[in-house]
Amino acid sequence: MITVQASDFIRILPQEILSAFAILVMVFEPFLPSSRKVVLGWFSLLGVVAAGAAAVRTSYSLGPAFNASIAADPFSIYFIALFLLVAALCLLGSFNYLQRDNINHGEFYALILMGTVGMCFMAASTELIMIFLGLEISSLSTYVLAGFKRHDGLSNEASLKYFLLGSFATAFFLYGIAFVYGLTGTTNLMTLSERLSRTGTGGTPLLWVAIVLMFIGLGFKVSTAPFHVWTPDVYQGAPAPVTAFLSVGPKAAAFAVILRIFLGAFHAVGSVSFQMLWLSAILTMVVGNLAALWQSNVKRLLAYSAIAHAGYVLVGIAAGSAEGVSAVLFYLTVYALMNVGAFILIAPIAGTGERALRVEDYTGLGYTRPGVAACLTVFMLSLGGIPTTAGFLGKFYLFRAAIHAHLIGLVIVAVLTSVVSVYYYLRLVVVMYMREGQPQATSEPLPLALRVALATSVIGIFVLGLFPLLLKKKGEAEASPRHTKLAQVR
Amino acid sequence: MIAPLFYIFAGLAIVAALSVVLQRTPVYSALSLILVLCSLAVIYLLLGAQFLAVIQVIVYAGAIMVLFVFVIMLLNARQESPTDHSLFARRLGLPLLAVFLAEVIFVVVGHFSGTVFAAGATFDGGPGAVGGLLFRNYVLPFEVTSILILVAVMGAVVLAKKQL
Repeated sequence: MITVQASDFIRILPQEILSAFAILVMVFEPFLPSSRKVVLGWFSLLGVVAAGAAAVRTSYSLGPAFNASIAADPFSIYFIALFLLVAALCLLGSFNYLQRDNINHGEFYALILMGTVGMCFMAASTELIMIFLGLEISSLSTYVLAGFKRHDGLSNEASLKYFLLGSFATAFFLYGIAFVYGLTGTTNLMTLSERLSRTGTGGTPLLWVAIVLMFIGLGFKVSTAPFHVWTPDVYQGAPAPVTAFLSVGPKAAAFAVILRIFLGAFHAVGSVSFQMLWLSAILTMVVGNLAALWQSNVKRLLAYSAIAHAGYVLVGIAAGSAEGVSAVLFYLTVYALMNVGAFILIAPIAGTGERALRVEDYTGLGYTRPGVAACLTVFMLSLGGIPTTAGFLGKFYLFRAAIHAHLIGLVIVAVLTSVVSVYYYLRLVVVMYMREGQPQATSEPLPLALRVALATSVIGIFVLGLFPLLLKKKGEAEASPRHTKLAQVR
Repeated sequence: MIAPLFYIFAGLAIVAALSVVLQRTPVYSALSLILVLCSLAVIYLLLGAQFLAVIQVIVYAGAIMVLFVFVIMLLNARQESPTDHSLFARRLGLPLLAVFLAEVIFVVVGHFSGTVFAAGATFDGGPGAVGGLLFRNYVLPFEVTSILILVAVMGAVVLAKKQL
């Protein structure tokens, strides 16, 4: 007889609080005049902070909950904290944007909160059905958010493309789950892991098919090549703060699931997952970085750069060791800071209706708006992996883990492609500082909320770049208990 | 007795599913989909999941299909005109699909060849058993589904309402 206890509810406290705030936002929405909707934004931010406090509370009562469908472990707490950070930064970056572009509706904030709930469930679930539900909650919210500029053709296109291809990918994931259940008779990751290791390593061809199908579904979410084709169009069409959210949040959540499934539950059949991850990592890095070279639209450029970064993370996952997992956790936080920062900064530069998005529009920005240009430069240098920024150390840890796992070929490709990537990141910096001209960008000062978000990102990038052990130690602690078995995979 | 029934209805489901995709008129596609859902219901029944079979007919073949047909009528959807397919889809789409299907069939057949399938009602597939599972073992997924539906409703309103 299974009973639900109070501790079960404490172990999903952050998710509960976020959902409650999302529902409250929807309840208050009709009572506020459209000029005061930003109150709901601050209220949502309060919800994110409260959920953060709840996560701290949860971290004192770790363990499985609800018949092992979900686990509150250091791994999930780490990811929940990451999602809350991303949600907070995106909320801060969106207040002014929504007013300016005349899409100031309370649903935006509710959907951001709900998307975060879905991502938290994805990272914390140890049950394939729960992972699927979390995936769907976060996906549905982001599909709608991508089309939030309802009278903008590009935004509608983004939403529709994301929805159609996303549902298709989810179907693959579900098909994979069905195969796994048919083979092992369970959808619980722990039971799955036990049963698979009992039947010996290698697995059957049918299990390989299941693994590949599930990887296709998740690969779409993290936009690995060849499942990346939707990324540039969606990132370009979605409102910039939404792009910031969906270029980091659902991606990190899907990586959490990949870690749990492929390195945790399926570690008995590690060689298949390894070959798949290896191939996908190489393709993703090459395609992402080379395609970014030809982009003239800043959002598309950053979209391809986001694809390339997914490739670097896959390098760390392919390493399959506890060191690799800890490097991935560190890198995802760094990536969140710099990518969210870059996308929410693009919004005010582009002006109303996001018109100034070409690289040439940034000409001379270093002279007319030195502060903005300096922030963008920091994000670009960090994305390119220049030392003293966190982006460098993130890549360093990933590649070091891969070298320790003897993945020399993979590391060579990774280093070469990141050298290529420096070209397109620096192109933007060069245009801002070394070309004369009148920038197209608007000159209104940045709003306070946005400044806070940008300052957090920039400071975070430097702090993690200079004192990485603050977080890295934590990442190692997170990785060690759950994934100690991984080192023996190969 | 079970094996021939299984083959009949599995075959019917596949043929009807192909018809859903190949029909040019949306209403025909919707009607074919009803056939798919009903054949699946029979397969559930053969597996001993009688409650699921009934739900499948009532909810999917009944309620949801009525909605489908209503939407098709309201949109006044006519016969589809063929689009100019992209070169990639035309040249590579079918071959890739064929390779993928062949692979799956090969693996599945290879895995299950020689095994006896559909052992019949070896477990209780009645409402009591399903309810027990749903509200005990899977109570969290059940509750979280409500959040999913809430998000879907919110999304539909945001995207479709004329004046927000």
